[in-house]
Amino acid sequence: MKTNTKIRVTFGATALALMTATNAAYADKLTFYCSAQEDWCQLMANSFQDATGIEVAMTRKSSGETFAQIKAESSNPRGDVWWGGTGDPHLQAAEEGLTAEYISPMREQLHPWAISQAESADNKTIGIYSGALGFGYNSDLLAANGLSTPACWKDLLKPEFKGHVQMANPNSSGTAYTTLATMVQLFGEDDGFDFMAGLHANINQYTKSGSAPIKAAGRGENTIGIVFLHDAVKQAVSGFPVEPVAPCEGTGYEIGSMSIIDGARNMDSAKAFYDWALSTDAQNLALQVNAFQVPSNMNAETSPSAPDMSQIKLIDYDFRTYGSSETRQRLLKKWDDEVSILPQ
Amino acid sequence: MKRVRSNDAANPVLIFWIIAGLVGFCLLPWYGIEDFFQFEWLTDGYPFDDDYAPGAFLIAQGQKLWLAPFLVPLLMPLLVLRRAKTDPIYSKILILAGALGFGWLIIQGFSIGIRGWNFSWMEAAFGELDDRQFGMGYGALICASSFLFIFTQGIAARGAINGDVFVVSSIGGVVVIVTAFVFFPIAKMLTAAFITQDGGYSLAVFASKFFDDRLWGLGCLSGGRCGVAWNSLFLAVMVGFLTTVLGLFFALIVTRSGFRYKKVLRALTVLPVITPPFVIGLALILLFGLSGTVTVFFADLFGVQPTRWLYGLPGVLIAQTLAFTPIAFLVLIGVVEGVSPSMEEAAQTLRASKWQVFKTVSLPLMRPGLANAFLLGFIESMADFGNPLVLGGNFDVLSTEIFFAIVGAQYDQGKAAVLAMVLLSFTLGAFYAQRFWLGKKSYTTVSGKGDSGVHPHMPSALSVPVLMIALGWAAFTIVVYLMIFYGSVVELWGVNNTLTLKHYGTAFSVRFDDEGIRWTGAAWNSFWTTLQIAGIAAPLTAIVGLITAYLLTRQTFAGKNAFEFGTMLSFAIPGTVIGVSYILAFNVPPIEITGTGIILVVSFIFRNMPVGVRAGIASMSQLDKSLDESSLTLGANSWQTFRRVILPLLRPAILAALVYSFVRAMTAISAVIFLVSAEYDMATSYIIGRVENNDYGLAIAYSTTLIFVMLSVVLAMQLIVGRINIGRRAANGSGEKT
Repeated sequence: MKTNTKIRVTFGATALALMTATNAAYADKLTFYCSAQEDWCQLMANSFQDATGIEVAMTRKSSGETFAQIKAESSNPRGDVWWGGTGDPHLQAAEEGLTAEYISPMREQLHPWAISQAESADNKTIGIYSGALGFGYNSDLLAANGLSTPACWKDLLKPEFKGHVQMANPNSSGTAYTTLATMVQLFGEDDGFDFMAGLHANINQYTKSGSAPIKAAGRGENTIGIVFLHDAVKQAVSGFPVEPVAPCEGTGYEIGSMSIIDGARNMDSAKAFYDWALSTDAQNLALQVNAFQVPSNMNAETSPSAPDMSQIKLIDYDFRTYGSSETRQRLLKKWDDEVSILPQ
Repeated sequence: MKRVRSNDAANPVLIFWIIAGLVGFCLLPWYGIEDFFQFEWLTDGYPFDDDYAPGAFLIAQGQKLWLAPFLVPLLMPLLVLRRAKTDPIYSKILILAGALGFGWLIIQGFSIGIRGWNFSWMEAAFGELDDRQFGMGYGALICASSFLFIFTQGIAARGAINGDVFVVSSIGGVVVIVTAFVFFPIAKMLTAAFITQDGGYSLAVFASKFFDDRLWGLGCLSGGRCGVAWNSLFLAVMVGFLTTVLGLFFALIVTRSGFRYKKVLRALTVLPVITPPFVIGLALILLFGLSGTVTVFFADLFGVQPTRWLYGLPGVLIAQTLAFTPIAFLVLIGVVEGVSPSMEEAAQTLRASKWQVFKTVSLPLMRPGLANAFLLGFIESMADFGNPLVLGGNFDVLSTEIFFAIVGAQYDQGKAAVLAMVLLSFTLGAFYAQRFWLGKKSYTTVSGKGDSGVHPHMPSALSVPVLMIALGWAAFTIVVYLMIFYGSVVELWGVNNTLTLKHYGTAFSVRFDDEGIRWTGAAWNSFWTTLQIAGIAAPLTAIVGLITAYLLTRQTFAGKNAFEFGTMLSFAIPGTVIGVSYILAFNVPPIEITGTGIILVVSFIFRNMPVGVRAGIASMSQLDKSLDESSLTLGANSWQTFRRVILPLLRPAILAALVYSFVRAMTAISAVIFLVSAEYDMATSYIIGRVENNDYGLAIAYSTTLIFVMLSVVLAMQLIVGRINIGRRAANGSGEKT
């Protein structure tokens, strides 16, 4: 076609460069939003591609960012499946109808907590791993400052820790919101907020991302970070002087989740990924990248370095209530109005 | 486009655009297609499949009937093919056809979206529409161009700009793309500030977000915390002031002192321009953080407790001053050199002391440069995203707050829009303050007359402290960059300082096997994407910028001032604001390009275009107009003159624009972070992901590699510029573009 050639010349510059060098014709595709750590995301994407031949395009963003993106794109979805990240934004997405219902044939192999996560969201999400909340400290800095070793949540309120504790801002981080919700469930709403207010006096910085406090502790930029225990273990295994602590009063936990995006363009690929991600093979991959969460498949292996969930006092975390956007907005507003403005 | 030889024969330019319009409507897919250039759609049901059908096929099958009216303006110009250009009917028909077509394109595009009618009053008026449409594709794009240029030909035929089709079309084209990619997204974002939770519009929503205590609170005066707006403003003023002063010191040393190693100083100025934004912040943490090398050294020396003093205002201030001082220097060096020595000599002859000359003659004449340098530092600081993210601590600024309003758990686009408006009003306010301060005084000192004087040296009371401060700062910069390099070759900074190349290996490893080279490193994907996007954006930026510069310097037309303001506006808009407004504007039809590489390219073009315009204006005003005139007298039209005469003489400016936009596209983060997607991940957003993951080694190794890549690009470009400067005398005027 002669005319077509003309157009092609007109847009030649753009065309040539936008064309990808390798052009696998008619390959199945999957747009994969990943909210776990980068290397884990990479490994999941590559392994799934190897296992099925489906071409995977992966973006890693934090769970808050991904939720924002899926919501922004809701009138015209671009992602297919969303894997990883703390469960609350997944529950919120389910509540807002951003994700699709799906019951996987793999379900019978899962721990009960993974299935109850699905049931609390009309089967629009499912648990893929879980991890307990806690804190970690930099043992070098603790010694250098002559501080006592904290073992309980209430220890963190001691005046000696002033300027030594870091946590994320609950407004921007799912981890920090889990902390807030845990305190409310553990101590009751009034005492929980008193705890947060007391903690506020010792906080040196509210970071934006959830695991930043323990990373800062690892590098020696901070003494104590309130994070998920598997994040603290990971820093210790990477060679940083970090000690994880499971608080004596008991603690909350997260269920890392996976959801299929409603109106996904490659729905079949998304379901294939969903089933694959619940298999033992896929869940064992976590060990290769030092991800120390507890996998949701009962037959998957757990790392010896991972925190032993049976030794941790877990509270009966109410995901349905505390994951709902109503409770969430109320607690966040209360924290904003009553805690964050206090002098430090 | 070819020159019109006679008025009687059919106009080839017109025929071209009529045919283009018909091709766009009858042959190319009307709606956007993923992976258009893999041409799978050609064998996948084209031309009858709904998704791939051209407009004409859709109407023929009785679908999307709102496209049918396009046939009228598409065919209308055929009526005038045989008419003379001077015939009033000719221009009237073309203007009517162009306006109808373009207008209808916009109306239908905004009225009908992916859920039928976009506005509820339309549904009320016309009843429910049981159909929908996606974003426009290449068919629509070609049709739009056709309508636009048929319209401009009509305008030209009426006698505008001496009937010059090329100039009128260029103006039309620039106006349309700037409207579409600068004004439209900004307007869209501003309206988001007024949208309530349930989708209505309300002033109260805006007011409650705007008068928030977190934005304007003055708690810091009484020991608490101040609002983000004050934080940003204070930081930006400090950075503007410090970078201007330091930049001036460097400029004075280079032009007015006997200092020997001027070339080293000049080389230092290139570094921050090619540095990915948050690398300096990381190096500062490794030096001055709680466990930083320097902090620990001094803490041990004096037996004091190390503190987290770096996190917050001090850290951000140091990092931004390091990063932006060279920009101030580059602005000031031209101005300081440009002050004519004869003025200073005249003052000296009148027995002014060196100090008096400097204070009363040299310094006041540098005012425009000082104002420009301050303005740049101010805007760069306002827009900076990486450094506050890494070093901000609890010192929140507008650019990061905007980001977390969008991505945070609260997901509040309205809040982001309000914050962006505040940011935008600060930068625009600074622009006007600068104009006001400079006033209408003349600062011209270089005239056409010979000017052989030499700049006097600074008075020594000034030169000694200036030299001390500037050298101290230069040494600091060098230390920071050495640290960056060192950080990329140690195992785990601060914990395990064994030298290793493993970070480079993780990022850039390759494997050779039967299929050739396998790019196994983690960074290759984003690296190639970045090169590709930057490589496409750079020439396009240069083209748009230079055409605009040509129009501004060589043509006069009504509304030129507004035109200039519009093209320069995007310079005053911080990247974060661009990023937010682009996702708000381009995620839904009619222009639906989020998640593609195109949106990145487009954002770079309009972010960097003002620099291309400035470079073009600067060099074009040095070319005597008589060159154009003689070309025109010899019978060339303005397109030929532009292509054959002006472009070849502009090569240095073209290359400057190319280098700048290439480098900026590779180091930009603030807009990019909103626009990257699974397929098109950019180097900077990848690096910030690694930083978030505590993987400093890899982040710094990648950044170091980028620095070297860009350094070699800049050097290569400079070599080429040098050669072309000589080559110009060889009267070799072939008109290659870029």
